[in-house]
Amino acid sequence: MLRFALRKVARAVAVMLLVTFATFTLMYGNGRGIARGVLGVDATPAAVQAEVVKLGLNQPLVVQYGKWLRGVVTGNLGTSFFTGQPVRSVLSTRVPVTLTLIVVTLALAAVLSVLIGVAAAVYGGWIDRVIQPLSALGAAIPAFIIAIGLVFAFAIRVRFFPATGYVSPNQSITGWLSSITLPVLALLVGSIAAAASQFRGTVRDTLSQDFVRTLRARGIPESRVIFRHVLRNAAGPGLTVLSLQTIGLIGGAIIIELVFALPGIGDLSDTAAQQGDVPIVMGLVLVTTVIVQVVNLLGDLAIAAVNPKARMS
Amino acid sequence: MTGTPGLDLVVDLPAPEAQPPAARRSVLRRLLTNPQGACCLAFLLLVVFMGLASPWLAPVGPNVTNLAAVNAPPFSPHHLLGADASGRDILSRLMWGTRETLLACVIVLLVSVLLGVTSGLIAGYYRGKFEASASWVSDVLMSLPGIVLLIALYARTGPNIVAAMAVFGLLIAPVYFRLVRSTVVGVRNELYVDAAKVVGLSDFRIVGRHVLSAVRGPVIIQSSFVLAAGIAIEAGVDFLGLGNPAQPSWGSVLQQSFNNIYNNGASVVWPALLISLTILALVLLGSVLRDLLQSSAHSRTLSSRRRRELSRQSRQDALPATKARPASSQDVVLSIRGLRIGYPDGTGGVREVVRGADLDVRRGEIHGLVGESGSGKSQIAFSTLGILPKEALILGGSILLDGKDLLASPKLMQEARGRRIAYVPQEPMSNLDPSFTIGAQLTYGLRAVKEMTKQEAEKKLLGLLARVGINDPERVFRLYPHQISGGMAQRVLICGAVAADPDVIVADEPTTALDVTVQAEVLELLRELDDERELAMILVTHNLGVVADICDYVSVMKDGLILERGDVDSLFESPAQAYTQELLSSSRRVELTEV
Repeated sequence: MLRFALRKVARAVAVMLLVTFATFTLMYGNGRGIARGVLGVDATPAAVQAEVVKLGLNQPLVVQYGKWLRGVVTGNLGTSFFTGQPVRSVLSTRVPVTLTLIVVTLALAAVLSVLIGVAAAVYGGWIDRVIQPLSALGAAIPAFIIAIGLVFAFAIRVRFFPATGYVSPNQSITGWLSSITLPVLALLVGSIAAAASQFRGTVRDTLSQDFVRTLRARGIPESRVIFRHVLRNAAGPGLTVLSLQTIGLIGGAIIIELVFALPGIGDLSDTAAQQGDVPIVMGLVLVTTVIVQVVNLLGDLAIAAVNPKARMS
Repeated sequence: MTGTPGLDLVVDLPAPEAQPPAARRSVLRRLLTNPQGACCLAFLLLVVFMGLASPWLAPVGPNVTNLAAVNAPPFSPHHLLGADASGRDILSRLMWGTRETLLACVIVLLVSVLLGVTSGLIAGYYRGKFEASASWVSDVLMSLPGIVLLIALYARTGPNIVAAMAVFGLLIAPVYFRLVRSTVVGVRNELYVDAAKVVGLSDFRIVGRHVLSAVRGPVIIQSSFVLAAGIAIEAGVDFLGLGNPAQPSWGSVLQQSFNNIYNNGASVVWPALLISLTILALVLLGSVLRDLLQSSAHSRTLSSRRRRELSRQSRQDALPATKARPASSQDVVLSIRGLRIGYPDGTGGVREVVRGADLDVRRGEIHGLVGESGSGKSQIAFSTLGILPKEALILGGSILLDGKDLLASPKLMQEARGRRIAYVPQEPMSNLDPSFTIGAQLTYGLRAVKEMTKQEAEKKLLGLLARVGINDPERVFRLYPHQISGGMAQRVLICGAVAADPDVIVADEPTTALDVTVQAEVLELLRELDDERELAMILVTHNLGVVADICDYVSVMKDGLILERGDVDSLFESPAQAYTQELLSSSRRVELTEV
């Protein structure tokens, strides 16, 4: 198990290095462009050149990346080209909001998609016939369309939930809960749909396996056969889908934060991209890549925990 | 959301099958005659036409402002869908915006199909190092945060829909790669590909003729989902404001309407509706195509009402005589009377696989149930435990345990199962739960039917494991099923069956899957246990040698009927039925040739 975990960690680190290096090269490839972006279009070539030197953009890319990477290890992500604030402190106010949305959504999606998938697989019949097209649809409609629908319904029509804005859990738990309810709902639909149809498929396949018949023949109650044995054997692909959902959830969260006016990384990335604030964008790439890799790693470990073959291969 | 829909869908696509060319030729026609498919296709064609013809069709240009019409509500004169905060006609902007969406779709599709299908073909056909490294790249691409990378790209290039969609095409290419690779790996080993190689066709022609035709169907299905994802991501990027401000698109119209939602709420409906409906049409089209191209997905399970009807009907048809026959002797533990089992034949009728079987098993007796595969012998075995497949129908008869009919009461059946009647399966390796250690599943199974502490159960099971011939029970207790041999697994299953001290054992071909040397040992074990515990045992087998070895009594089955029964010695001595004679002589021939 330990070797399995170490191999997965090494892989995750390799992917993070690869991705940050590739984006770093893309972003810092045009040093003069960045400097002109910072100074504005009217800047003289001499001023641009001076800015390039000041920001250290004249050094070879590998050297710049090495510096950035050393900074990452020591917790220094540089400063914004525009506001001069340290990237780390900018991110530390924004990331928790987005991360909360993602974690709450993933947790709810895991529970609900298992229940829906099992119900569809075990009962079949009309439940299955209703769930299948709904999940295809839910997985395809983008979260921000659902979000806009929710704002349209709750802000314009009934005003039941606060349509937009954010309350920190430190201020008020109930206020926080009601401020994230609609955003989580918008994100949840797609995740549940994708994972539930996966759970349905694998639970169905597992139900037709020989050992399930033998367990039933041994007199074990059906509910325990399903939740203890079938689900455990069927969990792998569903968990993979759930952990892959993180990528979609980050993208979804960035856009719907704009819809619900939440102070997460959505608004930050939008501004940073439009200004060409490269250190902030690099920080965002780093944080999101780390989130995705950590969730994937946890997903792999969870699969290994339920499936003895996976952790030994 | 954005980006992942397509990525997820590859996981739940059923394994594609090669279709005969004749079935495929009519797919377009079948698509057009399918109401759902025809509607989706018509809607999508309308959208494409709207985009291409917008210069002639749209009432005004995309950026024409009319200050008199600022925030005009829908259905106002000259502005069918209203106007936005700058007084621009929303209908016209959506029509012009369709061009941007179409462009995005074409780029995403081109890039992802080109990269994914090509690399999938090469990886699946030649395998080796390319497959390994391409799979790694594909895994990495699938774990990248797409939107964030598109944002980073924007920071470098500014608004550039072509570059953004090409990058998205790269990120979604693994969907095709995985699909095509697994399809090609499947097809590559087919006989007709081998034949083409033997004839000496070049790889290029084999791929062109045979492999591509197998890949085409799945790729077309997947493409409709990828297009849906492409529309979503394009709208998302534009909604973030990262599109070209001079060029309207569905996403930018949506964003501007949304920012203006408190002044002109209705204006947000149109772009949102257009985006959702287009995605909906693509997804529905994809699932219609999947049904048409992969018809094997249909299920044969009947609705519960239809099942009840069928059972009632055939119970009425059944001969009254089969019900009334009493059990013959005092010693009989389990007795089956007039049992009839059927399956839906797919056309609304029922195919009977067991057509009125009678069977008695006495204490301390091993009753062989012989017949060729498909004769219905396993069906009888499963029905005594109430573990027939879901789609099976009990059409009549009874299963009496100590004179009480288990078929009449699900409660009785449940109480008997595992406690009084136990099961030894055919294929030992697939009948243990791969996720639990041997010890965990044995202990758990025993405690589910007997009130015992964990320690008591473990102690009893360790003793029993030693009894069934496992040398180091403590060690085996901690192993997983894939770590033990087939013979050991069968001993473990026998141990699990007898642990709850049942009266009846139903063994379904218990030695068929084992090595010849192990077979004899397992049969010997069953015989010993039967004598020790005075069990009544039904032994299902196709092997008359097994019957001769350990059975006391035998019933011969063919086509769902029990043809002949008797004690083993007299039946082997003088078989009455022609079929039994044939069975005996063929099995003797086999023995002779084996020697």
